[in-house]
Amino acid sequence: MGAAHSASEEVRELEGKTGFSSDQIEQLHRRFKQLSGDQPTIRKENFNNVPDLELNPIRSKIIRAFFDNRNLRKGPSGLADEIDFEDFLTIMSYFRPIDTTLDEEQVELSRKEKLRFLFHMYDSDSDGRITLEEYRNVVEELLSGNPHIEKESARSIADGAMMEAASMCVGQMEPDQVYEGITFDDFLKIWQGIDIETKMHVRFLNMETIALCH
Amino acid sequence: MGRLCTLLGPLSVSHGAASPSPILFRELYLPPMHPLLSSPQGSLWKIFHLSHKVTSVVPESALLIVLGLVLGGIVWAADHIASFTLTPTVFFFYLLPPIVLDAGYFMPNRLFFGNLGTILLYAVIGTIWNAATTGLSLYGVFLSGLMGELQIGLLDFLLFGSLIAAVDPVAVLAVFEEVHVNEVLFIIVFGESLLNDAVTVVLYNVFESFVTLGSDNVTGVDCVKGIVSFFVVSLGGTLVGIVFAFLLSLVTRFTKHVRIIEPGFVFVISYLSYLTSEMLSLSAILAITFCGICCQKYVTANISEQSATTVRYTMKMLASGAETIIFMFLGISAVDPLIWTWNTAFVLLTLVFISVYRAIGVVLQTWILNRYRMVQLEIIDQVVMSYGGLRGAVAYALVVLLDQEKVKEKNLFVSTTIIVVFFTVIFQGLTIKPLVQWLKVKRSEQREPRLNEKLHGRAFDHILSAIEDISGQIGHNYLRDKWSNFDRKFLSKILMRRSAQKSRDRILNVFHELNLKDAISYVAEGERRGSLAFIRSPSTDNMVNVDFSTPRPSVVEASVSYLLRENVSAVCLDMQSLQQRRRSIRDTEDMVTHHTLQQYLYKPRQEYKYLYSRHGLAANEDEKQDKEIFHRTMRKRLESFKSAKLGVNQNKKAAKLYRRERAQKRRNSSIPNGKLPTESLAHSFPLGDKDLELSDPEEAPNYDAEETNGGIEFLANVTKDTASDSPTGIDNPVFSPDEDPTPSILARAPPWLCPGEAVVPSQRARVQIPHSPGHLRRLAPFRLSSSSADSVPPPAGPEEPPQPGPRDSTHM
Repeated sequence: MGAAHSASEEVRELEGKTGFSSDQIEQLHRRFKQLSGDQPTIRKENFNNVPDLELNPIRSKIIRAFFDNRNLRKGPSGLADEIDFEDFLTIMSYFRPIDTTLDEEQVELSRKEKLRFLFHMYDSDSDGRITLEEYRNVVEELLSGNPHIEKESARSIADGAMMEAASMCVGQMEPDQVYEGITFDDFLKIWQGIDIETKMHVRFLNMETIALCH
Repeated sequence: MGRLCTLLGPLSVSHGAASPSPILFRELYLPPMHPLLSSPQGSLWKIFHLSHKVTSVVPESALLIVLGLVLGGIVWAADHIASFTLTPTVFFFYLLPPIVLDAGYFMPNRLFFGNLGTILLYAVIGTIWNAATTGLSLYGVFLSGLMGELQIGLLDFLLFGSLIAAVDPVAVLAVFEEVHVNEVLFIIVFGESLLNDAVTVVLYNVFESFVTLGSDNVTGVDCVKGIVSFFVVSLGGTLVGIVFAFLLSLVTRFTKHVRIIEPGFVFVISYLSYLTSEMLSLSAILAITFCGICCQKYVTANISEQSATTVRYTMKMLASGAETIIFMFLGISAVDPLIWTWNTAFVLLTLVFISVYRAIGVVLQTWILNRYRMVQLEIIDQVVMSYGGLRGAVAYALVVLLDQEKVKEKNLFVSTTIIVVFFTVIFQGLTIKPLVQWLKVKRSEQREPRLNEKLHGRAFDHILSAIEDISGQIGHNYLRDKWSNFDRKFLSKILMRRSAQKSRDRILNVFHELNLKDAISYVAEGERRGSLAFIRSPSTDNMVNVDFSTPRPSVVEASVSYLLRENVSAVCLDMQSLQQRRRSIRDTEDMVTHHTLQQYLYKPRQEYKYLYSRHGLAANEDEKQDKEIFHRTMRKRLESFKSAKLGVNQNKKAAKLYRRERAQKRRNSSIPNGKLPTESLAHSFPLGDKDLELSDPEEAPNYDAEETNGGIEFLANVTKDTASDSPTGIDNPVFSPDEDPTPSILARAPPWLCPGEAVVPSQRARVQIPHSPGHLRRLAPFRLSSSSADSVPPPAGPEEPPQPGPRDSTHM
């Protein structure tokens, strides 16, 4: 009884932290256990067990994001070796749909959070900038699913995108300025006008839906 | 024949109203005409031209109906019989298919399938709801005796309800295209109007047969049959469409050698799908819609670019032509006293019922849907959706199809349908725009395709599907991911030609598009400045090429980075230019040679193309050309980026400079090679030097343009002076070894002078430039290095002896 009590306490705590409903937490917990093989933590290797993930061209980047301290709100940089269930939920909560009842400021905040997650995925060396190298890297991986696209093409696409970003974010530069990479502010600028709210969410993580369906 | 004339007559007039460029039209068609003929038409034109403001307020479809009414009135006044009406056969077999095919072929697939559930609910449940409630309510009112004496039964009312219930794709398209609501809203209304066809057809057929049987003889079995036939008709139609789409994709895969008939296949086979399902009494609209939806990806990938353009334009032309004819004929058909039977209660109540029940239906269904939808449909959306329930020609054609013998009050139905169609198209069409503005409905944003957006979008898809994978859920993203894997592994392999599989990537497409646009604007810019002579004078080009037939290894150095650096140094201040004077000369020379070379590279292929011109479109197989354009414009983008970065709008000036120099070079190509840089420079910067012997008069106009370039005068003087100082050997004026800047000089360059470009000169260029320029492809792709630290360009030329690298290294 005591154990059950503390468990539900824990769930409630997680609910408050991540905004998931207890049903969802339970569901994700089941999945977490399945992934970790009943261990309290997940390591990178555990993700190899997900068969559908294998075809994903940016698999490594995504898995890395799960262990990124920045995403886990644990530190400015570095990677965690293993994550526990709370961390897992933290990552998942980035993909919660934006609650329509929130006011604009909160919506903006949650939008920023989502974008930051994406930004961190690009910015692999945690220096706050997506440099050209990093961008190329991502684009190459992204296009690696298509065997017909040569690396060179991917590179020139990344170059083109980088130039586009530079011209969009900076506009006019001093002669001695060099565009070193996309900062987070620039990143926000690029995303202006694209409603990420309708994009970056996963259906089942929608609280209301789950609540209504059950 | 007479029929054809009237078909075409109104069409040509109506195009006056619709045509975006009346002046062009007149230029094309009026001059050869006899003045007597052209003057009335010209005045018609002017009327429509003046009414440009009207067209921005009144939807085209409404205008066309009014115009049709006027024309119908004229015809009737002359003949006192309505000679021309919109017959169901013409409508269903000739006018409707192009519109629906156009809709399917250009359907935004992702949006469509993303909202498929919503669309289906509205299309199926919504239409049944509309039909049932409208029919039953009218029957109820009839029983109360408000309509007076009518020979009409419950089944007739339900039949009428079923044909008036369906939202019409033609009307919706015509009105919503001008309103620009957000894409989700549009796809829901439009998708509904397309997919409800099956429901309409089934309901119509079922009730018609019931009416034929007589209300007493309808049994439960017939009702069950009706329900079953709905599934057969809708799924069967869809299946027919998919089968034909498969066939069409497969056919276009093998048309490589008959490019000219490719577009034909697209139209013929999709039309075949329509006819086939019509023949099998399935939903023809669904068939052709799904044929278009399913084949678009593979067909566009398979057929050549010209064919794709042809398909696009022909389809749009046919669709808008058919639409014009439909609305016009709706107007014309209405002018016929024989069909008009007025029953105020019936007509008004029909109008009220269809609007009210549409609104109620939308609200109810949205309430259900919003529980499951991620993106909620808000009240404003619901208002627009209810209000956008336009009825159109489908209803009219169906009502005309009714048999007077069986449906006694056919004329009442016909006139009511006409009133409903006119009311929805004209009144609702007129008011929906202000309504949308007033409600502040989210509008669609017309944006340039952006690479970043596409890339991030792609990343998103993968992330989301990965998250679904990791959390072990099956959701939209999961399904989409599985589908795209399946598509890549099997479907694309079967249905796409090998070369197309390569370029089918969306991101590549956007990239390609952007580059093409840049290239076009680049050429347009050149044309505007009137210096496109380099493209149009092959003979002088050939003369220039002669100069380069002597082996000059150092030409190799004419690489992009030099050009870029030239750009940069062209705008820098005096101090820097003094520091860099030597290099500037070199660069100028390089630039000239480079551009001549580059120009030359494209020449043979153009001639080649003309040789093959008898085959028309067959010459564009060379993929390399695409790639060259790709890289060339990439480079161009880099240049403009550079100058944008520098805060000076330099790229245009620079481009002008190049062109001028190129043109100059061509003109002067007969003089000894060594003098070229001096001369071209002098021409570029007229203030620096007026005493040139070769300043030819043709160049004069360009001087004024150049004078705006005050900022580079000083540099011009400096470079010019050095240029004349330098030993001008005939063969290698500035490229003699002792003149070559050592790496140390390059290294001394301030970092901002070489900001981030390291160039890898192409192997091929190094190896064999001068010998057979005809085989040169292009210089190597530049590399944009990630930081300024490695920005010092690798010393090229003498320091790096030409390496006999693999010939293909210049191609990617």
